[in-house]
Amino acid sequence: MFADYTTTELVSIFAMQGFAGLILFSVFVLMALGLAIIFGQMGVINMAHGEFMILGAYITYIISNLFSSYLPGLFDLYFFLAMIVAFFATAALGALVEWGMIRHLYRRPLDTLLATWGLSLILQQIYRSVFGAREVGVSLPDWLMGSVPLSDMIEIPINGLFVMGLTIIISVSIYLLMFRSRWGSQVRAVVQNRPMAAAVGINTEKTDRRTFALGCGIAGIAGSAFTMIGSTGPTAGQLYIVDTFLVVVFGGAQSLVGTIASAFTISQSQSTMEFFLSGSMAKVLTLLVVVGILMLRPQGLFALKMRH
Amino acid sequence: MSRVEIRSYFPKSDLVNFAVLACLILIVLPLSMDIFRLNLVGKYLTYAFVALGLVLCWGYGGILSLGQGIFFGLGGYCMAMFLKLEASDPESTKIQSTPGIPDFMDWNQLTELPWFWEPFYSLPFTIIAVLIVPTIFAYIIGVAMFKRRVGGVYFAIITQAVASILTILIIGQQGYTGGVNGITDLRTLLGWDIRTDSAKYFLYYLNAILLFACLFFAQWVRKSKLGRILLAMREREDRVRFSGYDVSNFKIFVFCLGAAFSAIGGAMFTLQVGFMSPSFVGIVPSIEMVIFCAVGGRMSIFGAIYGTLLVNWAKTTFSESFPELWLFAMGALFIGVVMAFPGGLAGLYTDKVLPFCKKFIQKTRSGKKPQQIKVGPPKNDELASPDLAAVK
Repeated sequence: MFADYTTTELVSIFAMQGFAGLILFSVFVLMALGLAIIFGQMGVINMAHGEFMILGAYITYIISNLFSSYLPGLFDLYFFLAMIVAFFATAALGALVEWGMIRHLYRRPLDTLLATWGLSLILQQIYRSVFGAREVGVSLPDWLMGSVPLSDMIEIPINGLFVMGLTIIISVSIYLLMFRSRWGSQVRAVVQNRPMAAAVGINTEKTDRRTFALGCGIAGIAGSAFTMIGSTGPTAGQLYIVDTFLVVVFGGAQSLVGTIASAFTISQSQSTMEFFLSGSMAKVLTLLVVVGILMLRPQGLFALKMRH
Repeated sequence: MSRVEIRSYFPKSDLVNFAVLACLILIVLPLSMDIFRLNLVGKYLTYAFVALGLVLCWGYGGILSLGQGIFFGLGGYCMAMFLKLEASDPESTKIQSTPGIPDFMDWNQLTELPWFWEPFYSLPFTIIAVLIVPTIFAYIIGVAMFKRRVGGVYFAIITQAVASILTILIIGQQGYTGGVNGITDLRTLLGWDIRTDSAKYFLYYLNAILLFACLFFAQWVRKSKLGRILLAMREREDRVRFSGYDVSNFKIFVFCLGAAFSAIGGAMFTLQVGFMSPSFVGIVPSIEMVIFCAVGGRMSIFGAIYGTLLVNWAKTTFSESFPELWLFAMGALFIGVVMAFPGGLAGLYTDKVLPFCKKFIQKTRSGKKPQQIKVGPPKNDELASPDLAAVK
C-alpha cells in the first residue's frame, strides 16, 4: 500500500495524518480526562459523560449566537467566555446528578452504569426537543480560521493548534490540581482508603461530589473545544462514549499519564490507518488491537500499584 | 430422574408460574389479538430469550454483559444468510449482472459468493451455526476475560467495545453483510413462504415452544448445584475459589449459555420479522435488552419475560402516539428501576404483593385478626447485595 507514493509524499501524508490524529487526540484527552477522574478515581461508570460534553458544546453554540446578535464587537473573544460558562454549567449539573443519583449507588457500580445510561437518554431527548434533531455548528472567529503552511504539502489548521494548546493547558492544570493541591491529595486519599480518609477528618461525601463535578466540568470544556472541529447533534456524545471508555481502561484506569498515553496511541494509529484503509476498517482494527491488548493485560498500560 | 428429584427442580410455586405464563403466551394472547399484533408479540418474545440469558448471567452469575446484541445478531445473521441464499436463486435474480448471488453483493460489484456464505446453503448447517457460532464467540471472549479474572465494569466495557466493533464491521463490509440495511427481503424457508398468516402463527408457536424449552433449562440451572455455585460466586468469589472450584469455568459456562439463548432469539427474530440488520447488534439495543431483564427482575426467569413484554409493549404504544416522550420514559425507567426497584417486577411481587395476598387470605379464612405471620424469604436475601462481587 506504500508503493504508490514517493518518499516525500509519504512523509507529508504521515505528517498531515499525524496532525489530524493530534486533533482527535486532543478531544480524546479532554473527554477521557474527565472520565478518568470519575471512573479511575471514584470507580463510577458515567455513561452520560458524552451528553455532558454535548451540553458544553450546546452552551458554546448559544453563547456564540448571543455574541453575534448582541455583542458583535466582542465576537472574537466569545470562545473564552463560552468555555468558562460551559465548565461551570456542566459541573453544576454534575454535582446535581451526584447528589440525586450517583451517591446512592456507590456500592453498586453496574447499576450506576444503567442509571447513567437512562440519564443520557433523557438528556439526548432534551437536546432534541430544545435544539432540534439536526446538527448545529458554530461560526468561528476570524483569527481561528485558516492554516499555517509548513511546507508545500503540509498545512496546519489554526483551530487545531488552538484545541491542542487548550488541551495542554487543561492537562497541566489538572495535574497541578490533583497532585500539587490540598484538594487533590484529599481526593487521592479518599480513593486509596475511604475509611481512613474519613477518620483523619476529610469530608468524603463533599470530596466525591466535587470530584464528580470536576470530571463533568472538564467534559463541558471538551464539548466547547469539540465545536471548533465538528458540528454538534443530540446523539454525538453517544458516538464517543465507548471509545473514551476504552481510552481510559487501556491507559490503566487510575493513571492520568496512562490516559494521555493511550489517547495518543489510539488516535494516532486510527488517523494514520484511516488514510490507507477505509475509515471503518481503521476503527475496527484499532479497537480490535486495543481489546486484544486489554485481554492480555487487563489492568491497562499504566497500572497503579495499590493495596486493596 | 426420580419423581422427588423432579419435584425439587420444579417446586409447586414455579409450576404455577409456568402454567400462568403458558396460558398467557399460548392461549390468551393468540386468541385476543389479530395476526399483526401477535407477530409483534412474537418479535418481543425473541428478545425474551436474551433477557432470560441475562437473568442467568447477570442476576445469578453477577456478570453484566452489555453486548448480548452481538449474539442475538450473530444468530439472526446466520439464519438470514440461509434465507437470503434461498431467496436469491438464479431464476429470481436473473436481472443481476451475476445471477444467483444475493442482491446487495451484486450492487457492491461482487461477482461470486464469498467462501463463508457457501455452507449456508444447507439448513442443518445453518441451525447448527445459529447455536455454535455465537457460543464459540462467547467462549473466546469468556476465556480471555474470566481466566484473567477480569469482571464487573471492565467486562461490561469490553463487551460494549466488541459490540461496537461488530457493528462497524457489519456496516463497513456491505458487500459481504448487506451493510447498514442488513439482510432484507427474505421470503421462503425450504420453499415454505414465511410471510403468510398461517406461517406467522406457526412461527409464533415454534418461538413460544423454544422459549419454554429455554425456560425449563434455565430453571434446571437455577435449582441445580450449578445455580447455587453461581450465586455463591456472585457474593463471595474468593471463598468459592478457595473451596476448590474453578470460578472462571462457571462464568464461561453461564456466559456461553446466555449467548446461545440470545442466538436462538436472534434466529427466531429473523424468521418472524423477515430481516436482520446491524441495528440489533450494537450498543444501544444491547443495553436496552438489559433493561428488559432489569424491569422484570434480574433474579426471576419469569420476570424477565414479563418485563420484556411490558417494556416493548410500552415502547410500541409510546412511539406510536408520543414519539418524543418515549426516550424520557425509557430514561426514567432505567433510573427508576435501578434506584427504586432493584428487584424489578418480580421483586415487587415477592416483597409486596405476595405478603399482602397471604395476609388477606389468612384474614378471610380465619375471620379474625391474623397473627403476625412470617412472610416469604426474609427481605429477598438473594438481592441483598447484587453487585458485591464487582465492588471489590
